[in-house]
Amino acid sequence: MQLDSKTPGGPLAEKWDRHRFESKLVNPANRRKYTIIIVGTGLAGASAASSLGELGYNVLSFCIQDSPRRAHSIAAQGGINAAKNYQNDGDSIQRLFYDTVKGGDYRSREANVYRLAHLSVNIIDHCVAQGVPFAREYGGLLDNRSFGGAQVSRTFYARGQTGQQLLLGAYQSMMRQVEKGSVKSFSNREMLDVVLIDGQARGIVVRNLNTGAIERYAGHAVLLCTGGYGTAYYLSTNAVNSNVTAAWRAHRRGAFFANPCYTQIHPTCIPVSGTEQSKLTLMSESLRNDGRVWVPRTSGDKRPPKQIPEAERDYYLERRYPSFGNLVPRDVASRNAKAVCDEGRGVGDSGLAVYLDFQDAIERLGDEVIRGRYGNLFDMYSKITDDDPYSVPMRIYPAIHYTMGGLWVDYNLMSTIPGLHVLGEANFADHGANRLGASALMQGLADGYFVIPYTLAHYLGSATLPAVTTDHDAFKASEAAVQERIDLLLSVKGSKTPRQLHRELGGLLWDEVGMARNEAGLRKTLERIPQLRDEFWQNVSVPGPKNNLNKNLEYAGRVADYLEFAEVLTLDALHRQESCGGHFREESQTPDGEALRDDANYSYVAAWEFQEVGKAPHLHKEPLTFEYVKPSQRSYK
Amino acid sequence: MRIFLKVWRQATPRDRGGFVDYTAENISPDMSFLEMLDVVNESLIVKGQDPIAFDSDCREGICGTCGFLVGGVPHGPDPGTSVCQLHMRRFKDDDRLVLEPWRARAFPVLKDLVVDRSAFDRIIQAGGYTSVNVGGAQDANLILVAKTASDKAMDSAACIGCGACVAACKNASAALFTSAKVAHLAFLPQGQPERATRVVAMVERHDAEGFGSCSNEGECEAVCPKEIPITNIAHMNREYLRAMLVTRD
Repeated sequence: MQLDSKTPGGPLAEKWDRHRFESKLVNPANRRKYTIIIVGTGLAGASAASSLGELGYNVLSFCIQDSPRRAHSIAAQGGINAAKNYQNDGDSIQRLFYDTVKGGDYRSREANVYRLAHLSVNIIDHCVAQGVPFAREYGGLLDNRSFGGAQVSRTFYARGQTGQQLLLGAYQSMMRQVEKGSVKSFSNREMLDVVLIDGQARGIVVRNLNTGAIERYAGHAVLLCTGGYGTAYYLSTNAVNSNVTAAWRAHRRGAFFANPCYTQIHPTCIPVSGTEQSKLTLMSESLRNDGRVWVPRTSGDKRPPKQIPEAERDYYLERRYPSFGNLVPRDVASRNAKAVCDEGRGVGDSGLAVYLDFQDAIERLGDEVIRGRYGNLFDMYSKITDDDPYSVPMRIYPAIHYTMGGLWVDYNLMSTIPGLHVLGEANFADHGANRLGASALMQGLADGYFVIPYTLAHYLGSATLPAVTTDHDAFKASEAAVQERIDLLLSVKGSKTPRQLHRELGGLLWDEVGMARNEAGLRKTLERIPQLRDEFWQNVSVPGPKNNLNKNLEYAGRVADYLEFAEVLTLDALHRQESCGGHFREESQTPDGEALRDDANYSYVAAWEFQEVGKAPHLHKEPLTFEYVKPSQRSYK
Repeated sequence: MRIFLKVWRQATPRDRGGFVDYTAENISPDMSFLEMLDVVNESLIVKGQDPIAFDSDCREGICGTCGFLVGGVPHGPDPGTSVCQLHMRRFKDDDRLVLEPWRARAFPVLKDLVVDRSAFDRIIQAGGYTSVNVGGAQDANLILVAKTASDKAMDSAACIGCGACVAACKNASAALFTSAKVAHLAFLPQGQPERATRVVAMVERHDAEGFGSCSNEGECEAVCPKEIPITNIAHMNREYLRAMLVTRD
């Protein structure tokens, strides 16, 4: 199968407008005849449900949470980028586009990124109209701050709760459509299969998590907005229920999985403590606006931070990257934190942490200003660590946070299964090998509010979609397969918990497919994963009934899928023998330890086609061409 | 640490339910409360027993998924803290703790510590938004919002919809939840066109869902993990009164 990105022709800045004009439309009276299934209610899913509901489509919206308002987008802290240039500091659509392509280490599609930058300004307009309480200047205008990988202030924010406020805005818009009857909301539903009829995505099979009932839903198109796969690593900043299951089930049905090895490891998280920890907590990148990152100059220096004099501190980001300083992109900041800890200069009991110090900012601006900017983050930090960041520097360490890889989509956000569209973090297209801070919210909302209303209409207007019902044999077969897998999970009755097996898998991935990867480690991991999978299916314990609320059963199913997914993640990391963005192969680095790309051999999207469990997937390549930004060694010095 | 737990177990919504004793052993003071429950559940799963069902998701206090009564107090003894951010260092070795689900007619128990809070969604659905469609918005900076108004709106908008306010209230009123959304939008210019219709629709839906009335005891404010103040309820009452005096369509 030849991958066709369907990128429109013409000059970069005109592609989206031209595409919109060339796309087919569905007339208003006909829209209610189309049923659109949307899985997930984060920024991408909720915004798609509201915009498609407003247009008059018949939308069915599903989420695994007990309310659409709780999707994990809610946890995003720092902000959302938009090329408004309200600060008069040199921003433009062109510059946001350039920063994002460069930030992604030249592994994204130019046309997608340009569209994203172009739409960023509309997002802010719409969210303000919704009543999202963005931070303001005293004159009543919107305030901005800076994020990593940019030299302008283009990030809009609502204290440290930007994701929450944007998600509530989208959720409220969606609930308005629920009241009007154009959107039906199904909470506590987990998608366990996509149903294909004549090769088209025509429905889903879900488990009602409250009753255990298996339910079927039919429609004309399916939109997956189910987020990333960061919890494959067990410990991550993701919510504990975030999972890869929906995307993986779609992959098993024929949707290609693109660039799974591009995982984002966020530099500023609260370090791991203890073995029973269930998740890691992010401290927003916005803290690096005012916090300075440092470690002791000499290894083994265990003095408390206040007793280490200025001259014996190493502000290593400011030293190595004078022009971006503490605001280098995430991949660079994370690798440097790991490097200083590997040198034995890490701090805290574990030695796996660096300081993020606000002393200078507090002296310059005062406690109150800092509290106004980051109060909730400081509170969160002190609740978790029992330390007071106003007087003691924060201890931070990198953790898995976001995944740039995802299901392959074309310019229309359609996967390799006709009718199956993928939005937000669940797709792969816009961030390349590394995502810049405050760009995930931008992408989720761009996809849902401004892209899918056009590209979905084009699909509906051009595809032949015969009437189907949930009585079709394909639905019956799918439901039977889902039921069989659940019965299998319950029948093992072994002695290990899903959590024990998940933790083991996560530890393996973090060590070998984490911040630094090498061939020997990746090969070893590829041998170990099938063994773990076998152990799971021979020895997992899943007590309790299937026809009732059973959280351990839900969890076991997700772990089972991670044990399949982890193989393609590792294989992708092994095959890409270059370093780029968040994917750092130790064999491929510059003399001063920066990621060294190999554009001659790896300037492509790796899209994997599922074969069967335990059998290597088939690799397809979508070449990447750069007409407007010339790929170069990324430098933030 | 060792903690003695008395946990409400109820297999289905129709089941009578009752308390069951558990002992949490080898608990580190740095664990969160939910991680302590994870440890208890792990030991149950290994023995082939049905683990204690409780809700949680982000585990950083922002999604509002978690919540139950710890010793009769929603989210436990720490002020301004959801139960996922409550840490075991708060307790002493051999403490005895009773865990119960939210108790309110509008929040039926689904299983153990999990309740159905969909009534909150229906209150929002009644009017907790501005009626703007995608595509028609003017430039964001054309709407000026005074910093104080924006800060106040944000204070109210910080509600995470966990339901602790309802659980703490002797009348099982959701007045704090409802008023936080009413106040958030009433503070902003964007919320003005529907100011009157919104508050009336939301209050009517609140009552129809079976939540009780507010009698100004302030229990809700005391347990709110986001410390949303009861002044929001006063604000909502003023908005409601005002709406009654202006013309309704």
